[in-house]
Amino acid sequence: MILGIDVGGTHTDAVLVEGCDVRRKAKVSTDASHLLTSLSRAVKAVLEGENPLKLRRVVLSTTLSTNAIVQGKVDKVGIVLPSGPGLSPSHFQLKDPVHFVSGYVNHRGIEMAAIDEDEIAGLASTFHDQGIRHAAVVGKFSTRNPLQELAIKDMIGGRLRHVSLGHRLSGNLNYPRRVATAYLNASVWETYNHFVGQVLDFIREQNISAPIYILKADGGTFKISDSAEYPVQTILSGPAASIMGVLSIVSCHEDAVVIDIGGTTTDIALFARGVPLLEPLGVTIGDYKTLIRGMKTKSVGVGGDSAVSVEDGNLKIGPRREGVAAAFGGPCPTPTDAMIVLGLTSIGDRQKAAEAIDAVAKEMKSPVEETAERIVGQMCGIIASHVGQVIEDVNNRPVYTIHELLEDARLQPRVLYLVGGPAKPLSANLGKLLGCSVFVPEHAEAANAIGAALARTTAEITLLADTERKVLTVPETGTQVKIPAHFKMADVIKAGEDMLRREAVNMGADEEDLELEIVESQEFNMIKQFFTTGKNIRVKIQVKPGLIAVLQ
Amino acid sequence: MTKKKKKTALVFFPAFDWAISPTHPEREERLLYTQDQIFEEGLLDFDNIVEYKPGIATVEDINRAHICVPDAQSVTMEPHLISAGGAITAAEKVLSGQADNAFALVRPPGHHAMLVVHGARGFCNINIEAIMIEYVRKKYGVKKIAVVDTDCHHGDGTQDIFWHDPNVLYISVHQDGRTLYPGTGFPDDFGGPNALGATINIPLPPRTSDEGFLYALDNLILPILDDFQPDLIINSAGQDNHYSDPITDMRFSAQGYALLNEKLSPHIAVLEGGYSIEDALPYVNVGIILAMAGIDYSHVREPDYNSAALKQSDDISRYIEKMVQYIGNQWKQRHAIKEKLVGSAKHAGRKKNIYYDTDNISEQQEETVRICRDCGGVVTIDSTADTGNRIFAVIIPALSCDACRREGEDIFEKTEKGKYRHVYLQDKDRGVYLAK
Repeated sequence: MILGIDVGGTHTDAVLVEGCDVRRKAKVSTDASHLLTSLSRAVKAVLEGENPLKLRRVVLSTTLSTNAIVQGKVDKVGIVLPSGPGLSPSHFQLKDPVHFVSGYVNHRGIEMAAIDEDEIAGLASTFHDQGIRHAAVVGKFSTRNPLQELAIKDMIGGRLRHVSLGHRLSGNLNYPRRVATAYLNASVWETYNHFVGQVLDFIREQNISAPIYILKADGGTFKISDSAEYPVQTILSGPAASIMGVLSIVSCHEDAVVIDIGGTTTDIALFARGVPLLEPLGVTIGDYKTLIRGMKTKSVGVGGDSAVSVEDGNLKIGPRREGVAAAFGGPCPTPTDAMIVLGLTSIGDRQKAAEAIDAVAKEMKSPVEETAERIVGQMCGIIASHVGQVIEDVNNRPVYTIHELLEDARLQPRVLYLVGGPAKPLSANLGKLLGCSVFVPEHAEAANAIGAALARTTAEITLLADTERKVLTVPETGTQVKIPAHFKMADVIKAGEDMLRREAVNMGADEEDLELEIVESQEFNMIKQFFTTGKNIRVKIQVKPGLIAVLQ
Repeated sequence: MTKKKKKTALVFFPAFDWAISPTHPEREERLLYTQDQIFEEGLLDFDNIVEYKPGIATVEDINRAHICVPDAQSVTMEPHLISAGGAITAAEKVLSGQADNAFALVRPPGHHAMLVVHGARGFCNINIEAIMIEYVRKKYGVKKIAVVDTDCHHGDGTQDIFWHDPNVLYISVHQDGRTLYPGTGFPDDFGGPNALGATINIPLPPRTSDEGFLYALDNLILPILDDFQPDLIINSAGQDNHYSDPITDMRFSAQGYALLNEKLSPHIAVLEGGYSIEDALPYVNVGIILAMAGIDYSHVREPDYNSAALKQSDDISRYIEKMVQYIGNQWKQRHAIKEKLVGSAKHAGRKKNIYYDTDNISEQQEETVRICRDCGGVVTIDSTADTGNRIFAVIIPALSCDACRREGEDIFEKTEKGKYRHVYLQDKDRGVYLAK
């Protein structure tokens, strides 16, 4: 048995999955100020009468870090940046003051300026005096050589609770994002670790001895102990949970669109040959662009409860939500009311829905039915045009080789999975607009918790072999090792696969179920004065996001 | 420092799977470290910098700018079509109003490719700026265009293609041809008889630094542009004037390049040469992109930058001042010089020997232009290469007058194929290209 829990913004869901079946499910409303209470109510509901010792694994997806960041309930962070020249310092504006210090490495990872020990010691005292207990240290190109970040951590770490290092959070290049990511990690570290302590206590009280995993934004899991070091990896795991849930219910192997229609917003995601598409660099949370590996999702400001109004003779839907639909006693007409009028669904009070839509119809000077049709049509039109845009974005992603440019592999989804309250009523309309066959999966209301329960452990590793300098650098593990001058692409891949396999198993992956994928492999000759002096080999390998089981 | 932000389109195509040959400077990793620096500085996250995929240029696009022997397919490969396509995409973004300016950061370069193409010279097969220019003239009807070529090598190809064209002002600032390939581009090379002054060459002495480049910009290039009033300014943005470039001898810096770009404010920049792939290109390109987008670039600097060591000598400063004055005077007297030069002649001719260093081909050309006060003048070219190919071409200029059109069509009709592999008619005005 597997226990999956998703502590979402509105609801907390828990499911108990046994083999290929959902054995039990529970939904309670989330109390944002007491997440643990919500979690324990949902868990107790599905575990009642069950033997907790039969649990094989527990997976939790939580909005804790997301909420803390979005609501600004974060700790003060000492931000230390050995940045070197480049973008103006004015572009690094965070919630806390930023300290630019001496030292930096270049694009090949070669040290261009050394750290000034006195300067760092001075900063350590400043942090101490200001009561700062968490720091983020981020160097430009630190993914190419992490030594300066590590050295600074050694110098300031002693007097702090925790130091977040840029190179550990992602192997991708993007200094401003790396700075933001490390800052966020440091700013939620204390809050998150406090929560982890509570969760572990609660789990123990329930007599659960199974290993506990946390869901990440990329739809993969990692051990709760690892999450304590990298809490920022847990942001935006909610949408990822839902998408993985849909995947587990429908067993998709082709290009597809997933649309989750909620009350206020509609979320769009894509599968390429059955694999969820990730953001190329990292997810965005609030104003922060990060390097957190996460699913590419787009949130559109229309939903079943969006307020419908008339402005200058034109229908307007959303992005405001005034409350529930009129059919449920809400204050204004909504698309849900229009669906009820059209007989697409039989929920709520039909009379109230009709009255609300009638008011709109009068203003539009058109019959009620026609008005309802226009509301539903317009809502579907908005969603469909955003889907079109997301697909176009993906298809327009730049490529950097002639081979890829001429090959021009395009995403062409012909299947649409619809989840959320208004999924069934809108399925025909959306399917037609998008030219897709539509499926409304079963258990969709608990897809998030199911997705969490069944998500595989994921990890990614970035390797840069510079055979001129005879160094192999792996930022995610913070390692730099010597390699011989004759090191080849095959050697780098072999080393990477071994490391990633070890790393993934440490993070809780099942050795039997490890699907490694080479995401990137490039090899360049380095030439000085017409002579080859070495090779620059770049490899990125991932454990493919996926599921440990598929429901039947 | 607050600047006005501009929407900048970036067409970045490093062609990581193509090289002229394994150890050739024009090889796979030429833009590798530039990519690293652009990514690491997070430039693509700025809302006003948008990256686009390059298009692929067509044979029709090439035939608007070149006479390829025997035909466009034979002298190009996919990389050339993508590089030219990238330049076209950049121009499209600006002229369609999607961007204020655009930078085509593409390879291979093109400014040594001349009107007639028998093969590759100076790492170039086809001239990507010229193809772009003819494209925007055809598609958007742009009339007056200025090209400022800041590559360290004289852009002899671009000069050749627009030599007779009064509507394309070609200004090249480069290392003195007596000290560097291709050995041309002197102040008295001033344009064809119908287009005198529409070619400006500014050969700078070796070891010229930021000061010298910016002096020429402020005191010569910008005033000439002000007189010419172009509808479109293009920067052939070669980056081999950099002090670290391995095949040139200049002392320009990333700051200098960025400042030049800010002052010149081109609508479109197209990468040309530049082979200091580790020490210059990453910083120069970041500087140019920031300058184009109107973002503070004052903190961009090469790790080993040392302004004192790079300072140019007083001799160089004096030399440049004198040359700038000479060229400026010539520009002011261009109409008078033209009257004197042309007199009552009906046609003017010149003979050229052209060497294709990359493909080791020699070509002899005889070119004739009809003296015309109403347009660029119809041009005929008789070209023989040691590949055994001899061709004859008639070029009717953009915005041609009736007399030049009639003469051009007449010559094309009457010229027998006979000894020629092909006889071509390139009608730039109507976008027609014929070969027999």
